[in-house]
Amino acid sequence: MTSLVTDTRVVFSRELRPVLRDPFSVIFSMVQPLFFLGLFAPLLPGDGSLQWFVPGIIVMSCLFGSSMTGSNLLFEIQTGSHERMLVTPLRRPALLIGRALKEIVPMFAQAALIVAVCVPFGFEPHLGGALLGLLILAGFCVGLGALSYTLALASKNKEWLFWTVQQTLLFPLLLLAGVLLPIENGPGWLQTLSKINPMTYVVSAERALFSGDVLARSTLEGLVAAVVVCGLGLAVGVRAMRRSD
Amino acid sequence: MIQTRELTKRFKDVRAVDGLDLTVARGELVALLGPNGAGKSTTLRMLTTLIPPTSGSATVAGFDVVRQQREVRLRIGYIGQGNGAGHSQRGRDELISQGRAYGMGVRAARARAGELIDSLGLGEVADRTVSTLSGGQRRRLDIAMGLIHAPELLFLDEPSTGLDPQNRANLQEHIVRLRAEHGTTIVLTTHYLDEADSMAERVVVIDHGRIVADDTPRRLKAVHVGDRVILGFASESAAIEAARETGGTRHGAEVRITGEDGPRIAARSAVLGPISIEVVRPTLDDVFLTLTGTSLREGGAAELVEARS
Repeated sequence: MTSLVTDTRVVFSRELRPVLRDPFSVIFSMVQPLFFLGLFAPLLPGDGSLQWFVPGIIVMSCLFGSSMTGSNLLFEIQTGSHERMLVTPLRRPALLIGRALKEIVPMFAQAALIVAVCVPFGFEPHLGGALLGLLILAGFCVGLGALSYTLALASKNKEWLFWTVQQTLLFPLLLLAGVLLPIENGPGWLQTLSKINPMTYVVSAERALFSGDVLARSTLEGLVAAVVVCGLGLAVGVRAMRRSD
Repeated sequence: MIQTRELTKRFKDVRAVDGLDLTVARGELVALLGPNGAGKSTTLRMLTTLIPPTSGSATVAGFDVVRQQREVRLRIGYIGQGNGAGHSQRGRDELISQGRAYGMGVRAARARAGELIDSLGLGEVADRTVSTLSGGQRRRLDIAMGLIHAPELLFLDEPSTGLDPQNRANLQEHIVRLRAEHGTTIVLTTHYLDEADSMAERVVVIDHGRIVADDTPRRLKAVHVGDRVILGFASESAAIEAARETGGTRHGAEVRITGEDGPRIAARSAVLGPISIEVVRPTLDDVFLTLTGTSLREGGAAELVEARS
């Protein structure tokens, strides 16, 4: 007999298969972060700027990839493939959790690629810290993925809604998290907005962790932010999936 | 296999399905026939647990479609109007995933996928990305996906819409064979009259969410429309005489007789000395027209032309 775990594994491996069959798709979805790395990072002042900038770009890559992933579900809703999954005995939560968990795999691949590209230019990741950082990031990207799928389920038959919401939220989240420039020197209102953005804490945690500063307060804050996003995403996502028809 | 009681689905003010009472026995092949918007698909979506009924109840394969959804889902196959396979997936991968979704082990799923690929003639395309397949190939893949767990009951929602005549004939052949070989109970919706006529031994005509007739195609035609026999005579006086004898209606030198068994009426009329005899058998469209006042033909014919062009 199946359980939620085996059901989730079925959905997870189904989602992962096209990625494994065509690994280059992972690179195509990360061209934007690479542009920022190549065309923006050189503008940053100081020698240690890459050490500061790269962890933020890894989070950015995760944000871009995970927030778009709902479009795959949206397409499957339109073609009939999602309906096909709904008539199987797979548990509804598994249909969402399996999809959201799959986001971790391309995210890890992209992070590894970004690190590999940056090391020759002087980026020095701390191995232990980086691994812990990826764990936090995994929680964050599962949450984002789940939210993206929720948006897809809510946008059923209204593709424009999905892209409008996704594009509208993408850049405020990115800019307010201080990925491109530090927020500390900004006006008070912007700092306040930044503080309510969970991604801010994830970015801070990643910066500290990739530099080897593991036992910092930011690590805990990043972990809490990731867990909150993950929990919230899965909760609303599962709810939306249960209502899907 | 299926039993519904007062099954109703309301979308806002519209009663898409309105108090449907339908019983389907094990091994039957039933066609739900009706124009677009008649409530066929909504009925199917309720029976397959995709949407809950507004009121009424339905048991499918022995289980309630609202309270025992998993039990129902384990036992039924469903081939919807869309394409079941994800476009970025490969056909064989999707078949295996489907098998796994029904609790099959990897090895069993792989073996079953292989069998279906062979029997549906998908060998050459099963390992290609689904988006590169033709409409007919995708449809066959859909059928394979619906059959992966060898369900005892199979639902097909307009299985042949959008297929060219050759692929339609192929598909119908598969469905008929499936039933002959495995005794699968099959419920399909269609608005193709010939499809209902040639495949199903039981046609349920649905209009405005209600069942308006339920019988074999033959009986439906005989009871609701009947055959028409047209006798031609050399003179009007002969026709007047013949009309009086047979109880038919006369139009000039022609007499028209309606009855359940056209050929027999024709044979009996031969003694009246007609110079021509024509037997016109009704189509399901005539049945539909009689029952609902609207013709199915227009929609169906238009789509056939589209599929050909």
